[in-house]
Formats: sequence, C-alpha cells, structure tokens
Amino acid sequence: MTDRPLKVLIAKPGLDGHDRGAKVLARGLRDEGFEVVYTGLRQTPEMIVTAALQEDVDVVGLSILSGAHMTLLPRICSLMRERGMDDVLVAAGGIIPDDDVPALKEAGVAAVFGPGTTIAQVADFLRANARARD
Amino acid sequence: MAGSRDSKAAEGSKEAEGSVVQQADLLCEAALTGERRALARLLTAVENRTPLAEAALRRLYPRAGHAQLIGVTGPPGAGKSTLVAALIAELRRAGRPVAVVAVDPSSPITGGAVLGDRVRMQAYAADADVFIRSMASRGHAGGLSSATSAAAAVFDAVGFDVVLIETVGTGQSEVEVAAAADTTIVVEAPEMGDEIQAIKAGLLEVADIVVVNKGDRPGAHRTAGQLHAMLADAPRDARPGRPAPKHPDVLVTTAATGEGVAELLAAIDRHRSAARGSDGESARLKRAEAQVWAVLVDRLHARVRALEGDEAELAALPDGGWAAAPAPAPAAGALLRSVAAHEIDPYTAADAILDRLVGDASGSGSARVR
Repeated sequence: MTDRPLKVLIAKPGLDGHDRGAKVLARGLRDEGFEVVYTGLRQTPEMIVTAALQEDVDVVGLSILSGAHMTLLPRICSLMRERGMDDVLVAAGGIIPDDDVPALKEAGVAAVFGPGTTIAQVADFLRANARARD
Repeated sequence: MAGSRDSKAAEGSKEAEGSVVQQADLLCEAALTGERRALARLLTAVENRTPLAEAALRRLYPRAGHAQLIGVTGPPGAGKSTLVAALIAELRRAGRPVAVVAVDPSSPITGGAVLGDRVRMQAYAADADVFIRSMASRGHAGGLSSATSAAAAVFDAVGFDVVLIETVGTGQSEVEVAAAADTTIVVEAPEMGDEIQAIKAGLLEVADIVVVNKGDRPGAHRTAGQLHAMLADAPRDARPGRPAPKHPDVLVTTAATGEGVAELLAAIDRHRSAARGSDGESARLKRAEAQVWAVLVDRLHARVRALEGDEAELAALPDGGWAAAPAPAPAAGALLRSVAAHEIDPYTAADAILDRLVGDASGSGSARVR
C-alpha cells in the first residue's frame, strides 16, 4: 500500500570466504533505500532459503566466487520453488562464466551480475523486477 | 492502516474490507498450524501496518500472553546478537521453541538499512523451532520499530515459548524495550565506563539484569564490580508514592563461547517468577498502556491528516466534509496557514483540531488557558 522499502537477502552460498563484494553491495543497496539482510559466509542452500522465508524478502541476492555456482544456485532455486517462493526474485553476482548464464537462467536465476556492474544497475534491475506487493 | 484518510479506499467498500478479513483469517489459520511462510507473511503485514495486519492482530491478540518476552539492549558492538544466539542455544537445549525479533536502524537519509544481526544467529537457520526475523527501525526512535511489540504478539500467539527482542544499538536513553519485554537485559562491554556512567539515569535504570559481555577481555570483572556496586546496592526501600529502584543482577558472560549463558538464563527465569506478582502486574499494565497509546496516536495522526487533506475535495462533499462537526470551524489547512503566519498560536490550532475530532477538547480535563 505504501512505497515501503524492498527487502533483499544477500547471502554467500558455499565455501569461498570472500565477502567484501557482498558487503559493498549490501551497503550500496542500503544507500539506494533497500532493507538488506546479510547472512554472512558459508551458508548452505537450506540456510539461505530458510532465512529468505523467515525474512519474507522480495529478492535473494547470491554472491559466489568459488566456481560451485552450477551446483549451489540451481539447488537454492529448486528449494525455493518447493517452499512456494516462486515470487521471490533470485539474482547472482561474482565470478560466473558467460557460458554458464543460460543454464542458470533456465534454473531460475533472473540475472547474473559480473565484475564491473555498478550498484545503480543492480538497484534499478531489482526495482524493475521484484514482485509488487502490499 | 484502518481509519486512513484515503477516501477512495474508504468508499472502496465493505467488500474489500471483508476480503481483507478473510485473507487475514486464512493467514492466521495457516500460521497457527505451523506454516512458516504464512507466519512470515503476517509479520510483513504487521511491519507494514496494513489493514490485513490489523485484522490478524484482532484475531491473534487473545491467543497471546503466554510467551516469555526477553528484551536485549545495549550499545553497538557489545555483543547483543551473539548473546541472543547463545541464549537460543541454551533455550533449544531445554527444548523450548524460540522466536527472535532483531531490530537494526534505518537510514534517516535513504530509508535503507543493513540488517546484520542474523549473521550471528545463522547456526539456527535450519532449526524448525527457531524463527528469526530482522526488522528495520523505519524512523522509530526508542530502540525498536513501531511494529516490534505487535510482531512479538504474533510469535506469542502462534505458540513460541520465548520471544527474544533485540534492540538497535542503544545509547543512554532508548528505554522503550523495557515496556515491550517481561525481562530487560542491558548488555555492556568491558571498560565502557566507570561508576559515574553507572549512576547516570536512563538505560541502566530499566535493566532487570545487567550483563558484562566479552568476559574473556581484561577488565570485564572490574566493570561488573563497578556496575554491581552502583546498581545492586542502591537503597532498597521505595519511599511512599515513588517507584522502587530496580536492583539488577550483574553477570559476566562470554557469549562467543557460551560461558555464563546458562547462569544468565537462570537469572532471567528467576526474574520472571519474581515478576509474576504485583510488580509483574504493573509491568503488564504499562505494556498495555504503551500498546493502546501507540494505536491511539496512529489513529489520531491518520484522522488529523484527513483533516489536512485536500480541502477542495472535502468541500465538494455534500456536507462540506464536516458532517460530525459540532460547530463551523476553519479547515485544518487554513489553521496551519494561520499558525505559520503567527496569526494564531499552535495551542489554539491543536485545540481546534481536537474539538473537530472528538468534541470539546477542554472536556479532557487538561486546563486550557484562553
């Protein structure tokens, strides 16, 4: 009913320990007016999906640098579908080869943001594509 | 928000209202049977203060009142979130279902927020009997968000045995949590201040339990000793007609390792049993007062905004928009302009608006100087 802030979960699935990018994005989205829940490092798909469900977020943003994206991201998308969270936008960022992007989109990842993406680009995409709710 | 001034929504009819009640009923039903997504949705509605939330709370409120509400407050970085995580561990060991409402500040500039309390608690993300919800303060001062108590009531109603309420990092005077919780824990870090800090009014006065966290750091026990000397040894006797000072236990914990947390939980439970008596009754009345007052203020805001609304639109209504008016009075917008021009004072304007809303404001018992 109001223009309440969009709520975004930023999570780091898997085992890589580099979350500077995720933190910079969290802070950047804060400055864009989003409410950003950050879950920290080394999260399993189950932990991420449960957090997204409890927080009732509009967007799940996944940062991954480890190379395990073809395993972890589809798993997260399918868990979300199992729990009826089809209306939650999933976006990914990190080091993800272009060749993998079509398969990830097929799996349910709406967008993949690589190095060089600006915060404003991410924010604009999320505003344009996240679910409209009251 | 019901009572909203949006006249289009209002004439939008009973029909929509009926369906909101139905939707709320469905969500409540699902949440009461343990459906977590429905519970999450309800909390969102509560946070956004939608009509659905009001319908749901009307239904859920009578079911609440059983959970133990524990407030955790203190300065940023003292270890509140880590302590909450340690309390979750202890409570789960006892088999008790736990809900957490963790509040972090909203930006006064952009409205955005980073909600980072959850990072410390993610170990429990997979536990079906733990539900953690982060909330942004959304401009509400006092250490909580305006929806925090309502969210706690929802958790209470759907059967969580304990609700932990973590405030934003507080300074000296954000004491609202004391009205929202049965037991208020103030978390301090070692070397945060001396005995002078301990005797200042404010946050420490509302503590039922004071915790010096990071007990493995040098100075933790000295800090605890100073706090104990100044707080626990205060005069015991209340003078007639004055509130008795609290005598909080002062404990030392190391939340990151769990040391001292079992003792803290024992102290919380002791405080709860002690508070079942008359002290507890007055605390519950205070909480009820805070809740009713908050809704009252909301409603009043909404109705005053309605008066401030489009005067042309009001004037176009058959009765000029003032059906309930006991006497002709200038529109609110005109009043504001008069105050801005220093033609009338703010007191006269406020009384005129109150007269309009609830009849003669002087009947309220507060003497008016004319």
